[in-house]
Amino acid sequence: MANKYRFIGKATPRMDASEIVTGKARFLNDIKQADMLYGKVLRSPHPHALITKIDKSKAEAFPGVKAVLTWEDVPDWKGGTPRYTRILDRKVRYVGDAVALVAAITLEIAKEALRLIDVEYEILPPVFDVEEALKPDAPQLYDEFPGNVVTPGVPFFGPKNLKEVVMGDMEKGFEEADVITEGTFGYENIPNPLPPEPPGAIALWEEPNKLTLWVSNQASYMDKITLFHVMGRKVEVRSIGGPCGGSFGSKFMSWQVQTYAALLSKATGKPVKLVFTKEEHLAAFTVRPSSRMRARVGMKKDGTVTAVSGTWLIDTGYYSMTTQSQVAVGCGEVQIMVRCPNWDLRPVIVCTNRNASGIVRGFGGQELKCILIPLLSLAMEKLDIDPFEFLKKNYVKPGEGYVWRDGIWYTYRGVDYSPAMDKGAEAFGWKEKWKGWLTPTAINGTKQRGVGVGVHGNADIGEDASEAYVRLHPDGTAMLFSCVTEHGTGQRSNYAKMVAEVLQLPMENVSITPSDSLINPYEFGPAGSRGTYAIGSAVIRAAEDARKKLFELMAPMLQAKPGDLDTSDGMVFVKDNPEKKIPWRSMSIDRTITGIGRFEPDYTLTNCMMSFIEVEVDTETGKVDLVNVVNATDAGKIIDPQGLEGQLNGCLGSAGIDSAIFEETILDRSSGHTLNANMIDYKWRTFSELPVITNVVLETPFPSHRFHAVGIGEVATSPGPSAVLMAVSNAIGIWLHEYPVTPEKVLKALGKVSLRGRKGGTP
Amino acid sequence: MRKKQWQGGKNMAAKNKKSGAKKVLAKGRINLTVNGQLYELGIGKEPDQVDPGHTLAHTLRETLGLTGTKISCDNGACGACTVLIDGKAMLSCMTLTVECDEKKVTTIEGLGDPKTGIVDPLQQTFIDHTAFQCGFCTPGMIMSAKALLNDNPSPTEEEVKEGLSGNFCRCISHYHVVKAVLAASEKVR
Repeated sequence: MANKYRFIGKATPRMDASEIVTGKARFLNDIKQADMLYGKVLRSPHPHALITKIDKSKAEAFPGVKAVLTWEDVPDWKGGTPRYTRILDRKVRYVGDAVALVAAITLEIAKEALRLIDVEYEILPPVFDVEEALKPDAPQLYDEFPGNVVTPGVPFFGPKNLKEVVMGDMEKGFEEADVITEGTFGYENIPNPLPPEPPGAIALWEEPNKLTLWVSNQASYMDKITLFHVMGRKVEVRSIGGPCGGSFGSKFMSWQVQTYAALLSKATGKPVKLVFTKEEHLAAFTVRPSSRMRARVGMKKDGTVTAVSGTWLIDTGYYSMTTQSQVAVGCGEVQIMVRCPNWDLRPVIVCTNRNASGIVRGFGGQELKCILIPLLSLAMEKLDIDPFEFLKKNYVKPGEGYVWRDGIWYTYRGVDYSPAMDKGAEAFGWKEKWKGWLTPTAINGTKQRGVGVGVHGNADIGEDASEAYVRLHPDGTAMLFSCVTEHGTGQRSNYAKMVAEVLQLPMENVSITPSDSLINPYEFGPAGSRGTYAIGSAVIRAAEDARKKLFELMAPMLQAKPGDLDTSDGMVFVKDNPEKKIPWRSMSIDRTITGIGRFEPDYTLTNCMMSFIEVEVDTETGKVDLVNVVNATDAGKIIDPQGLEGQLNGCLGSAGIDSAIFEETILDRSSGHTLNANMIDYKWRTFSELPVITNVVLETPFPSHRFHAVGIGEVATSPGPSAVLMAVSNAIGIWLHEYPVTPEKVLKALGKVSLRGRKGGTP
Repeated sequence: MRKKQWQGGKNMAAKNKKSGAKKVLAKGRINLTVNGQLYELGIGKEPDQVDPGHTLAHTLRETLGLTGTKISCDNGACGACTVLIDGKAMLSCMTLTVECDEKKVTTIEGLGDPKTGIVDPLQQTFIDHTAFQCGFCTPGMIMSAKALLNDNPSPTEEEVKEGLSGNFCRCISHYHVVKAVLAASEKVR
């Protein structure tokens, strides 16, 4: 089908391309303010302790130090969900917990001052394992969370907020099954999304209650909202976003670093910059939630799932800000992946003495699938069911539905993803490569190949609200007011592209405001692949509204009805008589026209990505090489071909596929220290180890917005990890169920080495 | 801090071949040429001086205001801070500024033609191929690729990957970067 659009679907340069390649893009740490101070955090060496005494006098007296703050000095600001985590507390709950904050005229002086703070601790016993934490005599992290269970049911998503998947008749479901499998599975390697730019903030406090924040966040407007609540709803926050050096979800919640900077600015009256080191980023910023589940599934010979029951334990580390939301979304997403009438899936969110879990691409669903698909695979093996056929059959189809995160049933009204899955399978050669369960695709000496497949999709592509304005100027230009920040997807440019398409303006005639909450309307931000449909809809509506107002104004001048008009390149003309035209400047030079757009949440559409994985396992060394990846999706309509390809290629990094192969945060479960909090020991994929990636993208028009598109970027990391386990198991003919499949685990499975388990509870 | 136009760089560098960190400390100042501009910096703790503990990345960003060079790991692992020192790709976070006396440093700001504002062909192919996502690692990528193309104007795809294997990117811009570097090498050829 020929592309009928002028810009949509065409490869156009990103608006910020020149700034990025010349080094002129101003990331957070590139900003300097006059009289700016530098902040540092003193962190706890103990996983669990009470601060009995802090002497900060030496630090305060050190030349160049402007403020030293401890738990005794700060207001009772709290984060977490529910809000029980104080910004600085008398109790520390993980190795790296904030003990004191310092502001000084240079970073070196601030660092030096940390060493001059004397802290005495009363050591408390820690707990690092989710099941140990649930035992009656386990150390308790918070008085407010008896048994270390994070109070469920915080209504983030309304009064019926999804807390579990419970429906149908379990007894009947298991009776109908031809095969029942059960077991305990984990995805507990807590990978770090690890954007290259570390978290940070610059804060300027103005008495009595005004705070201006320069942030690095994918969703900068939300910092204003989050901090407003953290700071007791008494502070007027202005957030200014700029280029964000990667987030992958994580920087959506940067409330701690922002609040540290704000407190130091409040104490000194000066702007304060506080940027985490990479060590802090790895050991004291959020990681992926850890999941373990004892579960049971029933399946019929034809691949119909009759029942799923299980207790899903989610280790959120020392607090949770969004884990409840991730669990709610995960519970919704699992129903999108597996059609099943009978469910008894009960999540329990648990606190332990490690750094907190937070948002990462895949948002709950990746975590749950990584532990459910291996169990479903055991049933498929017994029934000799091809996993590709199983996943295709069970993925939500138009007319079917799911209980989404708000506890409400939605009927899916999008397209059938089966053709996209078929195209993906064809591109991958699934039929030729699939030889049956636990059967290698090929053996060549010590190298054995295997294949696997996974799927993921979410109904958050229409989550939450967005607002935008489009202002038309007499000189034939338009300005989009949107608080969207650029974090790598290219979406800021794509919104300008959408405006250009609606108004038929050259793209260079469309600009976009800085993502400053002072000038822009509400924006939840790009998350959950909502950028294309949700934010896009608000932008399109604003442009359409401006266009309508333009025609209403111009119609009398052209002796026509508004409905008879069209516009192109800054001219308004009569559709039936294009010679009858006037330029936008006829609106008069002392006028602008502003269109307003808003998007209301819609959970009746979901996206979908299927990933096919081929690995080669060296049975001598245990090394797993990712050879070939095929991602298959239907995007409705491609807006930005290069941006889309980039997002899908992103399946490897940011705690995605590689979290099944080598990525892990290694926690010493006796001391609570993160052992690989640097980028040499935290493994990442280099250029020399790139697999072949093929992205298969169909364009079946969606009932979404004017351009019939849906977003897909966020979920790219999610189908891969469980597919890797499947592929490696098939390659060596032995089930592997622990992430990541490092050489030592492969060799252990092959009986070539013995391995001491890393698991273990309190010391 | 005094700025001078670069004059006769090669000769000066040759004359001062023996100059090392010790010599710099003894004379109390350092001559550093960045993007063709000579900077004469004092050694000390003032904001416009170089502390013996300062890395080149720190001096470039904080003292000279050249923030195009990025710091990510600050530990020699990720390549974000890559600059050219006498034409070779070096990690500026692992290089002490006092070791750079009489050296010629090129940063991302030094590519392209400052008079016309036309970007380097390599920067242009990065634009043409959208060879970045968030863009934080991009200056380091471009500098590594620049050094590679200086040494080997016609690299194979494997050589490009090897040349960039020290550069971390989390968005996975790698595939577009390889295309951009190969396209630039064709342009230069």
